[in-house]
Amino acid sequence: MTRTLLTGNGAAAWGARLAGVDYVPAFPITPQTEIIETLARWIEHGEMPGRTVTLESEHSMITAAGAAAASGVRVFTATSSQGLLYAMEMIYTVAGWRAPFVMVNVSRGLASPITLEPDHNDIMAARDSGFLQIHCASCQEVLDSVLIGYRLAEDHRVRLPVIINLDGFYLSFTREPVEIPDAQAVAGFLPPYEPESTRFCASAPVSQAVTVLGGSPYSYFRYESHLAALNALTVYDEAAEAFSAACGRQHAAVEGYRCDDADIVFVMLGSFASKAREAVDRLRDAGQAIGLVRPRLLRPFPAAHLQRLLAGKQGAAVIDQNLSMGMGGVLHSELSSALYGTPGAPSVLLSFIGGLGGRDITPEEFYEIAAVTRQAVKDGVTPPPRLLYSRDEDREIRKLQAIAHAERNELESGNE
Amino acid sequence: MNESRFKRMKDLPSTHLLGTGTPMCSGCGGLEALHQIYDILGSNTVFVNAAGCMTLLAVYPFTPFRGSWLYTAMASAPAGAQGIRDALDILIEQQRLAAAEDLQVVVLTGDGAAYGMGLSSTSGAMERDLDFIYICYDNEGYGNTGQQFSGATPHAARTATSTGPHGFAGYKKDLFSIWAAHKPAYLATVIGAEPLDLARKIEKAKQLKGPRMIIALAPCPTGWDYAPRDSADIGKLAVTTGVWPLKEYIDGQVVHTRIPKQRQPVEAYLERQGRFAHLFEPRRDEQLLQELQDSVDSYWADIDS
Repeated sequence: MTRTLLTGNGAAAWGARLAGVDYVPAFPITPQTEIIETLARWIEHGEMPGRTVTLESEHSMITAAGAAAASGVRVFTATSSQGLLYAMEMIYTVAGWRAPFVMVNVSRGLASPITLEPDHNDIMAARDSGFLQIHCASCQEVLDSVLIGYRLAEDHRVRLPVIINLDGFYLSFTREPVEIPDAQAVAGFLPPYEPESTRFCASAPVSQAVTVLGGSPYSYFRYESHLAALNALTVYDEAAEAFSAACGRQHAAVEGYRCDDADIVFVMLGSFASKAREAVDRLRDAGQAIGLVRPRLLRPFPAAHLQRLLAGKQGAAVIDQNLSMGMGGVLHSELSSALYGTPGAPSVLLSFIGGLGGRDITPEEFYEIAAVTRQAVKDGVTPPPRLLYSRDEDREIRKLQAIAHAERNELESGNE
Repeated sequence: MNESRFKRMKDLPSTHLLGTGTPMCSGCGGLEALHQIYDILGSNTVFVNAAGCMTLLAVYPFTPFRGSWLYTAMASAPAGAQGIRDALDILIEQQRLAAAEDLQVVVLTGDGAAYGMGLSSTSGAMERDLDFIYICYDNEGYGNTGQQFSGATPHAARTATSTGPHGFAGYKKDLFSIWAAHKPAYLATVIGAEPLDLARKIEKAKQLKGPRMIIALAPCPTGWDYAPRDSADIGKLAVTTGVWPLKEYIDGQVVHTRIPKQRQPVEAYLERQGRFAHLFEPRRDEQLLQELQDSVDSYWADIDS
């Protein structure tokens, strides 16, 4: 097998190409644009079949994606950040249509302030929508997850759209060696989409997404979606196993790295977990029994996998690359609720916020997190959540403000 | 194609496709128009709906439509039409769907979506030359929420959010011209009270390809404040007073399909509706009445000459 240097965006496009998607409704947004540019180029030059259309907004893009999926074709689309939020009404709406498709979200921090760099507040906003979520830490994972995503979305027991999440810049624009699976292996893993009754045609009219009156039918459909999302736990494990058989790579719902004999662990999502992984190796070198737990699947929430991986650990530090204002890290609170009252759960579960808007998390910070966690285990007291920020950064911001003030004062005095 | 099969009233379809018992208000001018439109378009259609009164036509698990339906959201029904049209084309091209299974894709929205929130997605669909029919039932306000003013509300009308002595301070947006500027394949105004004119236009639209845009003035007993039995009369008055010009845009030309010979005074239309009662009671608002008459006269001055 040869490996090709691909960006995360390139890998996402390859995933869509190998999945044989019929239809790509698109709208450009940094740092996602390369995905739709790549697909548009391939389609335009006859390198892959399919059709692409550029809508006038992400809101329309998701509407078209859902409507086409509801008409029985295999659909791929991609967005990021503000685009995901602009589309949010339709993200929730089309999930309820139970029309499966795959969307890639290239994570980027949300305004305000406006930025291009990554964190997970965008994708967390889609958490309760009914879309399933797979979070990637490498370009290879991006490609493979798009394929797994279709199998998951289209499974009869699931029938929900899936978001594949990758971090802007860290994955979207970073070239890594990626093995592009051959078409035959993919065909064995992912059969053509069989829409069954999810389609529009003259001989079998259907009404989709109609109004309900009252809470009873509403609850019925909402519960149906929830139960389908829970089915996706089993279906994901089956799909990951089938993928491993077809293409030879393992993509567990939750990745445990050097966890077995660890007494404390980091818990993280996405590509920044690679930084944690590196820190784990350094701390292991220094004799510490530490590991990393990285959920790939966020929806459905793989509670049983997490309970199993964390059972018997003394403590865990959840590092959230998102911030729910007035509450804290989303993954931390989700993990807390999954572990509460379960036998063998770590006695302390610490919360750290880092990596917002692409801010680095340094090795030293990981070492500090590990030390704080060990101290908490020793004391039996969980410290309050910590917002990672260094004295140097603070000084840097104040310096910038001072310069801006000085410049303005100078300009004003010059004008007099 | 200029020869319509609808020459007189008795040529109109005598069997009606849209089911009865919908939750629309009695006397709904939008439903009146939709009935007539559906009889001509037929059941090989998929209606793509935006939030509005007619979202309540299909209530789980019932529908008055014999064909298909997809509810989207308020702003993006034309994008839903794009997704369905493209998917049908792909399936037919790949021979996964027989050509006989094809459907006419029909967007159905109120004026709230058409004149406001959905204008961008409608513009996008026309710009992409989407092969679809768009029907706007225009009851000149956010009817489903209790008739607040919208971009379609006429000057001086009282609405739930313009209750002052002079009614709505704004002016009805010229959606016809906005849509015409996109050079769609076809564009027409219709009204249920003129079934023959409506039938000819829908028939014409049905035979064309590309964006085919229909604005149906929808007299609204609850929103305009009149008795349901008066709907057809008020619809006729909208035409005979010149308030609602019946026209079409095709091949770059705007043609008026019904030019009232002797236009009735606008008052005859206004006085039948509670939303304009403040123009007559407690005393006649001569200035505002004149302004409304002048605006209609000035529209027709160009057409008559």
